[in-house]
Amino acid sequence: MNRHLLSMHDVSAEDVTRILDTAGSFQEVGSRVIKKVPALRGRTVVNLFLENSTRTRISFELAAKRLSADVINFASGGSSVSKGESLKDTALTLQAMGADAIVIRHSSSGSPLQLTRWVDGHVLNAGDGTHEHPTQALLDLYTMRERLGRLDGLRVAIVGDVLHSRVARSLSFGLVKVGAEVTLVGPPTLIPPDAGAWGVQVSYDIESVLPKLDVCYMLRVQRERQRLEYFPSVREYNRLFGLSAVRAGLLPEGSLIMHPGPMNRGVEIDSDVADLPQAVIEEQVTNGIAIRMSLLYLLLGGGPPGDAAGAASPAATVPELEAVDG
Amino acid sequence: MGEFLFRRPRVVDPVAGSDDVADVHVADGVIRAIGLDLEAPDAEPIDCAGLVLAPGLVDLHAHLREPGFEHKETIESGTRAAAVGGFTAVTSMANTDPVADNAAVIHEVLELARAAGTCDVFPVGAITRGLHGQEMAELGEMVDAGVRVFSDDGHCVPSARLLRNALTYVRAFEGVVIAEHCEDASLAEGGQMHEGLTSSSLGLAGQPREAEEVVVARDLAVARLTGGRLHLCHLSSAGSVEMVRRAKAEGLRVTAEVTPHHLVFSEEDLLTYDTNMKVNPPLRAGSDRGELRAALADRTIDAIATDHAPHAVEEKEAEFDQAPFGTIGLETALSAVLTHLVEPGELTLARAIEALSTAPAQILGAGDHGGPIEPGRPANLVVFDPSAEWVVEPPFASRSRNSAFLGRRLRGRVVHTMLRGELVVADGKAQR
Amino acid sequence: MSSTLLDADDIRRALTRIAHEIVERDKGPEGVALVGIANRGDDLARRLAAEIQAIERSAVPVGALDITFYRDDIGMKAEAPEVHETRIDFDINGKTVVLVDDVLFTGRTIRAAMDALMDFGRPFRIRLAVLVDRGHRELPIRADFVGKNVPTRRTDDVRVRVREVDGEDAVVIARTPDEVSIDAGGEIPSNAGRTP
Repeated sequence: MNRHLLSMHDVSAEDVTRILDTAGSFQEVGSRVIKKVPALRGRTVVNLFLENSTRTRISFELAAKRLSADVINFASGGSSVSKGESLKDTALTLQAMGADAIVIRHSSSGSPLQLTRWVDGHVLNAGDGTHEHPTQALLDLYTMRERLGRLDGLRVAIVGDVLHSRVARSLSFGLVKVGAEVTLVGPPTLIPPDAGAWGVQVSYDIESVLPKLDVCYMLRVQRERQRLEYFPSVREYNRLFGLSAVRAGLLPEGSLIMHPGPMNRGVEIDSDVADLPQAVIEEQVTNGIAIRMSLLYLLLGGGPPGDAAGAASPAATVPELEAVDG
Repeated sequence: MGEFLFRRPRVVDPVAGSDDVADVHVADGVIRAIGLDLEAPDAEPIDCAGLVLAPGLVDLHAHLREPGFEHKETIESGTRAAAVGGFTAVTSMANTDPVADNAAVIHEVLELARAAGTCDVFPVGAITRGLHGQEMAELGEMVDAGVRVFSDDGHCVPSARLLRNALTYVRAFEGVVIAEHCEDASLAEGGQMHEGLTSSSLGLAGQPREAEEVVVARDLAVARLTGGRLHLCHLSSAGSVEMVRRAKAEGLRVTAEVTPHHLVFSEEDLLTYDTNMKVNPPLRAGSDRGELRAALADRTIDAIATDHAPHAVEEKEAEFDQAPFGTIGLETALSAVLTHLVEPGELTLARAIEALSTAPAQILGAGDHGGPIEPGRPANLVVFDPSAEWVVEPPFASRSRNSAFLGRRLRGRVVHTMLRGELVVADGKAQR
Repeated sequence: MSSTLLDADDIRRALTRIAHEIVERDKGPEGVALVGIANRGDDLARRLAAEIQAIERSAVPVGALDITFYRDDIGMKAEAPEVHETRIDFDINGKTVVLVDDVLFTGRTIRAAMDALMDFGRPFRIRLAVLVDRGHRELPIRADFVGKNVPTRRTDDVRVRVREVDGEDAVVIARTPDEVSIDAGGEIPSNAGRTP
């Protein structure tokens, strides 16, 4: 696996399988009374959340703690520049603290990649601007695989403000990578003009797409004023693209309704739909912890001797495990 | 003033259209003689075997940042950078603090340039007061102070009516040109780079080429309406080039420039979120770059101008969307053009020098610069080694380091720069 | 240069004997639970449970335990070690848990297994059953039930094959001095050939 997880392009289809399989093991750990294993004991994981997000941060924090790692939370609401400390200086401080892994969420696209230039540790992208959110995509893939038994050939629609959604990007790239069929649905102003190059279909008519889906993935549509240039009103958006109970009835039996959260009930998804049994939104959250444990384990659990994030001692004095038949 | 004899350089004179090996004798600030095996016993001989001698380069578009932004660049460091890059004349754009919208700031810039003495500076005056795009600045007063080019560079003139008035008004003055930065603010808003496949995969907001093209179309129409002299800054799109070609065929008095970085790079060079590639107008598609090169060769685009835009290290080392736009370019312009256009055969050496020297001198009305290289003319010259290889890395003469060419290997390097008979750069080193 | 130490019949007899020893030691199957260490130890544990069922006509709970997350060498190899399934569906509190593994070598796997087991509860006691004990302990650990004691050099490579995973039952040894095999998550070289 790659040293960092910055985007879905950093993982191959085989890596995805490995990540999901390993998450399964961590799911089992999560079902124990003692939900903790010593795998990353003594490692330091920093949550660098420069864009607000309580739920993702908690998910990563739990994941790291259940691996017995030490967790530092470094959060700030606004941009680091506006707070007076540059991202670079923050990075150098974390580097000096010996962070083995840095989980970064930032409102500027590309900042995780920039971070890798200033730190030795592993960098995980927890969401950067409108670029990518790979851990969300992976937990969504895991949820789909758990519920539907496969990923290859799955028919998935991603509905909503794709243009501004890092989740939509990562999920599209991930689904295409594992052989699923993806259709983006939304008003033309919210679908990136060159989305065709991603290997996906595009539709502006949600009702024609729903009957042929295994998964209907709803994106959050922001009410903020700036977005209103893209569609005339929330009312019209909901009328044309919202997942109402009637529309949910068009979905085939056994299909899933998913949402990365937080939901705008009444905008992209009606309240009663969010509470249907086929809506697995809470499961996505639970799976998030297992996936993040899997990623932290796979990234920090490997590493050549002498690597800052790996073994500290030279090979000669490294105690090694007895042969476990493999 | 010294007396010098340049021994056997290859003399490329775009005005005379000549390209021959010859000695050049300079004394008292002017060219004395050109020919083979000149006799000049009192002259200091300078061996130029294998080197090229040309008219000193002229930059139509540079930001020297003084007054107001001295942490990025000063007139002293900027003119030194210009000289190191082979320039004997450079403009200074008006977006300083205070804005160069009155004679007092113009005088200050000229005075600082005189004191530095390394390169002639032609200050550009703002078209509108404070660059606010509302009211015309006192253009006539600035013309008296020596200004020949007016530009609100950084912005385009927002209203066609204001542009019409400016173009019409300056017809009262000899040789004055309005230079436009063509960018529609509403289409370009929020754009960090060119809008396309690359911006989409990088998750960055982009601005389409139409953000430039709609303003080029408007400005050409207003130029037609007024019969005024219009210059278009840093063109980046194939569509803009096509419109300029038609306008020139029609006989409109329009000139255009392109930067070295738009001739060399494209949107794909931003895949690593390198903020030194974050420029305005943005680096567009490879097809646009191809059209820009062809337009430069066929003179649809008259000149190469650097748009030298220094920014402090900490400003550029920020998150991509927080970093300011711009790349420095004075020290790399000639080398970049030689390496990426002349050497591969896309541009002749003569045309390259014309675009870097003669053509901008003509647009600027800088009569002492741009050639021809003949007796009696002021000795504003550059001597360069077309085969010297070097890696672009600090230290630079410029105060800033934000070069799009950082870390790259270029071929061709300035050896001597002569300003009115004085060697301001000798053996690649600034003398002041 | 490999040779077979135990063939399928040898293995079958050894497991039968171990099953008898387990129930004899603790005077019956009451309170006994088997936990096999993945990979392969869990298959052996299931077979032992079946044997005990046949002998005593009563079921003994069987679980599988993956100890990857408890290893002491995480982060020391290029890839994070591969994880197998853990499934312990019963309460281990107060039970006599017999850990089952295929090969006992340095003892580090058993150390990790005991730590893992403790996170599931507090067994009354823990015993250890292994198919092969090849010596060279690096920790103070010993087996209670042993299929076969095999003297080896540190650098030798001992592998157990079980039909559930490998299609056949066999214990194979490769006695080549320089051959050290590494599996991601599987066999890790001992300190063989290294000075402490």
